[in-house]
Amino acid sequence: MRKISLSKLPELFSAIAKTSALYLPVDTKAGAKFEAWAVGKTLSNALNTVRSAKDFFFPQTENLMDFKVEGKNIELIDTRKECEDFVLFGVRACDVKSFEVLDRVFLAEPQDTYYKNRREHALIISTACNKPQETCFCGTFGIDAAEPSGDIVTYRTDDELFFDAKTEKGKKLLDALSSITEEADEKAVDQQKALIRERLQKLPLKDLKTEGFGSGKTAEFFDDPQWKELSSACLGCGTCTFVCPTCQCYDIKDFDTGHGIKRFRCWDSCMYSDFTKMSAGQPRLTQLERFRQRFMHKLVYYPTNNDGLFSCVGCGRCLAKCPINMNIVKVMKALGGREDA
Amino acid sequence: MPEMKEPLMPVIGVVTDIRIDTPDVKTFRVVTPDGKKAFEHKPGQCAMLSVPGVGEAMFSITSSPTNEEFMEFSIKKCGCVTDWLHAMEVGQQITIRGPYGRPFPVDTEFTGHDMLFIAGGIGLAPLRSVINYCRHYRDRYGKIDIVYGSRSMQDLVDYKEIIDEWATDAGVSVHLTIDREQPEWDGHVGFVPNYVKELGFTTDKIAILCGPPLMIKFTLQGLQEMGFDKTQVYTTMELRMKCGIGKCGRCNIGAKYVCKDGPVFRCDELDELPDEY
Ligand SMILES: Cc1cc2nc3c(=O)[nH]c(=O)nc-3n(C[C@H](O)[C@H](O)[C@H](O)COP(=O)(O)OP(=O)(O)OC[C@H]3O[C@@H](n4cnc5c(N)ncnc54)[C@H](O)[C@@H]3O)c2cc1C
Ligand code: SF4
Ligand code: SF4
Ligand code: FES
Repeated sequence: MRKISLSKLPELFSAIAKTSALYLPVDTKAGAKFEAWAVGKTLSNALNTVRSAKDFFFPQTENLMDFKVEGKNIELIDTRKECEDFVLFGVRACDVKSFEVLDRVFLAEPQDTYYKNRREHALIISTACNKPQETCFCGTFGIDAAEPSGDIVTYRTDDELFFDAKTEKGKKLLDALSSITEEADEKAVDQQKALIRERLQKLPLKDLKTEGFGSGKTAEFFDDPQWKELSSACLGCGTCTFVCPTCQCYDIKDFDTGHGIKRFRCWDSCMYSDFTKMSAGQPRLTQLERFRQRFMHKLVYYPTNNDGLFSCVGCGRCLAKCPINMNIVKVMKALGGREDA
Repeated sequence: MPEMKEPLMPVIGVVTDIRIDTPDVKTFRVVTPDGKKAFEHKPGQCAMLSVPGVGEAMFSITSSPTNEEFMEFSIKKCGCVTDWLHAMEVGQQITIRGPYGRPFPVDTEFTGHDMLFIAGGIGLAPLRSVINYCRHYRDRYGKIDIVYGSRSMQDLVDYKEIIDEWATDAGVSVHLTIDREQPEWDGHVGFVPNYVKELGFTTDKIAILCGPPLMIKFTLQGLQEMGFDKTQVYTTMELRMKCGIGKCGRCNIGAKYVCKDGPVFRCDELDELPDEY
């Protein structure tokens, strides 16, 4: 275990930034946001970023490949480049867990090489959550905000930052920072963990349970009459899917630049009415079906295909951002609270 | 990094032949620029074809894997990509990636059985691959019956091949039907589900159904009335697709992705899916 005084954070960031690109949460007018570190930028004190950290591995839009078309001929241009190493600093426990959820999609065979490339070049420095907030329910999904995963886990006390390297990659970086950090014992960190766990026990959503949901429960929930009421006000705006760290639906679109064709991948949303529209018909005719899809996916379909792992990490972003104040917590309470469940 | 194979990255294909099948269906022959098949496939699998700048779309590979020279696609004109494909000429390059999906179990469950193929309209496209596979390995399968119907005589896909090759094969019976009377047609008139009942097949067969959703629904009902069990009946599903590899999140029915767990399903497997297709 190593530590550094909080007053020396700029030195720490500049030292990391010498080894590779460094991204960390900084405050902006639109709230906390991951940005590339530069001299003068300071770490945000916000609990979490407005947008999730998935953007680093699965960006909102990305160029997949280019084409040059000449007469009847097509030239395919592979625009993939080896990604540069980068460090993501200050990722919260929920968001670190979201990488595992995404990995099971993008790294399942056949592997998505765009995602894999970024994932392999990233080093994750997570930070335990000193002040979890009312919308947090990571604990529901077995995530411990006092002990996040990551290559290096950090703990913040009033005046110091502690580092615990968990992987070879993490140890290497921590070794490289040994001249500015000092040896630390575990005591302060253990105290910090205990304090966090105490706070987690006081959160309003601490009793929310996944029991009843999970693998193989499609028939049980699919025709539940409550979907109608739950989905009735949904605008189909897709905000919940965009802020969600585990939502991974995408579209593929071509764009003619005038000097060639660029093929892009961009985020899409199962909440949109044209998501599954076909010439022959539309399997999800109303917002009820689309709304149901999003939550059934997170609570039943994804776990069915992924050894019971849920596709929600309890980050609370959808609770904060939905314009009509609907969210996965309300869905879980309604469906899980049935008398016959 | 660029040496890692990317599943979304297609290869170039050249269209070497275009056959006009019906007023809105054409069949395209595709090879790589050096004249080979782009990849090997199994009957029932699909490929993503694209016209850069227009878009990508999923199509059944209608040629049989036993065809070692080229792949074929029978494509109905119905939107951006398909309109473009219909307007192009021989020699045009397109892109192709695949193969996608779970194929028909031609070398396991199907072997040794009598086969009953039932198709409506463009639904013949995925079946043609299986039919020609069974014809190629004729001794592995029993008697073959093919029931095929379309709106009109002009809307029957692969008409020449059906008449010249399938209907003349020993042990293959072809039963064609069209929806409404036509002066130049002296065959059967009527919808596929009714025709299947009229023909009255024995139930010791494997049946494969492909066509518009309503046709599938009524034909399956008819087959069950005749005594077929759902485990003897196979069909293919069609949902909107973008990736073809279970990642874009678009084509699921419940926990199953049609692009990778389908498009071929045994009808009893469909009962386990929620009613959302
Ligand atoms: C597994 C599979 C196998 C298929 N096999 C064949 C085949 O062998 N022959 C054939 O002609 N067609 C086949 N299709 C349908 C074909 O993919 C669509 O007709 C095609 O995507 C339409 O593309 P477009 O750009 O021309 O139409 P668009 O301009 O994209 O759209 C026109 C209309 O078609 C809808 N559409 C978009 N994608 C699909 C889709 N995947 N299926 C149906 N409608 C869609 C649009 O929402 C719109 O209403 C298959 C589809 C799937 C999923
Ligand atoms: S569903 Fe809501 S709480 Fe769950 S991970 Fe997504 S944004 Fe966070
Ligand atoms: S649940 Fe809320 S955020 Fe999500 S699509 Fe509906 S209105 Fe928009
Ligand atoms: S087409 Fe993307 S998940 Fe099936």
